Amino acid sequence: ALNDAKKNAAFSTQEKLAPYSNIITHNNFYEFGLSKQDPSRRAQGFKTDPWSVAIEGEAAKTGVFALEDLLSPYQMEERIYRLRCVEAWSMVIPWIGIPLADMLKRFEPNSKAKYVEFTTLYAPEQMPGQKGVFSTLDWPYVEALRIDEAMNPLAFMATGLYGQAMPPQNGAPFRLVVPWKYGFKSIKSIVKIRFTEEMPITTWNSSAPKEYGFYANVNPGVDHPRWTQKTERRLPSSLFSPNIIDTQPFNGYGDEVAHLYSGMDLRKWF
Amino acid sequence: MVLRINPKNSRVLWWGVFLGSLLPLVLLIYDAATNRLGADPAKEIVLELGLWAAIFLWVDLWVSPLKRRLGLGWLIRFRRLLGLYGFFYAILHLVAFATFMVGWRADLLFQELSERPYIIMGALAVLLLIPLVVTSTKGMQRRLGKSWKMLHRLVFVISILVMGHIIWMIRADYLDAIVFGILLSGALVERMSLKWGPSQTKSVL
Repeated sequence: ALNDAKKNAAFSTQEKLAPYSNIITHNNFYEFGLSKQDPSRRAQGFKTDPWSVAIEGEAAKTGVFALEDLLSPYQMEERIYRLRCVEAWSMVIPWIGIPLADMLKRFEPNSKAKYVEFTTLYAPEQMPGQKGVFSTLDWPYVEALRIDEAMNPLAFMATGLYGQAMPPQNGAPFRLVVPWKYGFKSIKSIVKIRFTEEMPITTWNSSAPKEYGFYANVNPGVDHPRWTQKTERRLPSSLFSPNIIDTQPFNGYGDEVAHLYSGMDLRKWF
Repeated sequence: MVLRINPKNSRVLWWGVFLGSLLPLVLLIYDAATNRLGADPAKEIVLELGLWAAIFLWVDLWVSPLKRRLGLGWLIRFRRLLGLYGFFYAILHLVAFATFMVGWRADLLFQELSERPYIIMGALAVLLLIPLVVTSTKGMQRRLGKSWKMLHRLVFVISILVMGHIIWMIRADYLDAIVFGILLSGALVERMSLKWGPSQTKSVL
């Protein structure tokens, strides 16, 4: 349960937390609109109970599972992660959840499972952003990880933050958190997990492949065409302090994840 | 359709437009002072000021066409005022960007100005506005005569730069860009139809 979540000191940071009020009113969730405040304004009626998740593809145990059943075997833990948006802002957020690997292993992925694909709910009647005529994104939102990335101990499935259930605007009832990658990889409100042999087609990557790579690892050495990635603005900022800090490779999680990419040209596989 | 304004009302109208144009700034300061701009007030302020700079510029583009096509002659009195407000908001937009987003860090500022095409376009647009502002007085207009008109056609170049600036910032939604784009194309087409279309009056610009 959320209230007895144990703090996992190995996955924490001493950095200053973003206030709860900022975390729940400043984020991208295009299903609810394009501005940072839209999700908090427009997701309040979002129905997240009951919720089920379809497990598909290259695994022994597939099928549709109720979310409670997926989560019930686990002791929730709290992890404090840095979240770095591709738009060059960042926040420090205390998530509640479970390690992604623990959940995935239960489905017994087979040797053909090279990637894990995640899909967000498609429900235009609840998610006004999915009706947008002027949007360049295809719905539903899809993200994916290589299987070894997904099995890395840092990868996390979050069901809450600040000791409370996940607010609808932040991706209730459960979402991915991959802190060494840009925020858009951390897909929200997941209804499907699929193990695949081929690299899945992901939403931002297919919409603008030159801007958003499949890997999307935080990398100060590779700039986005519109935003420098060398620095970031740590939020909340104030008018008196822009709070600009240097961006770290892999968002500061290099010790944990750099080995996943050894031998890869990260300028090409950005 | 000819809308005429009598001289007495026209003074009231001028003050209305003058003060009304300050309203976006007043509201923005109010929101900032009362903490209504969220976790990233810097970004909000920069975007808002930029939006208003573009709106004033675009309204200005349509002053002459509306005067010509709809006979709204009184509009011309506001052309300079609206243009100056466009410049005013553009300068605030630039200063806010440098102060709140970049913290006046020279290395970041230099990098942004040299590497980001949309920032280069925006900066160039502000730079090109300067000669127009300097020559916006009646005296300068008289002194420069024909070349004043030529010079002030720069506004179309500036608008195209601003359009590029807007398009480059599209993340997933292009509604704003479409609205600004249609209005700019309309103004350009109107302007060209004067030059190459069936000749009407010769009072151009």
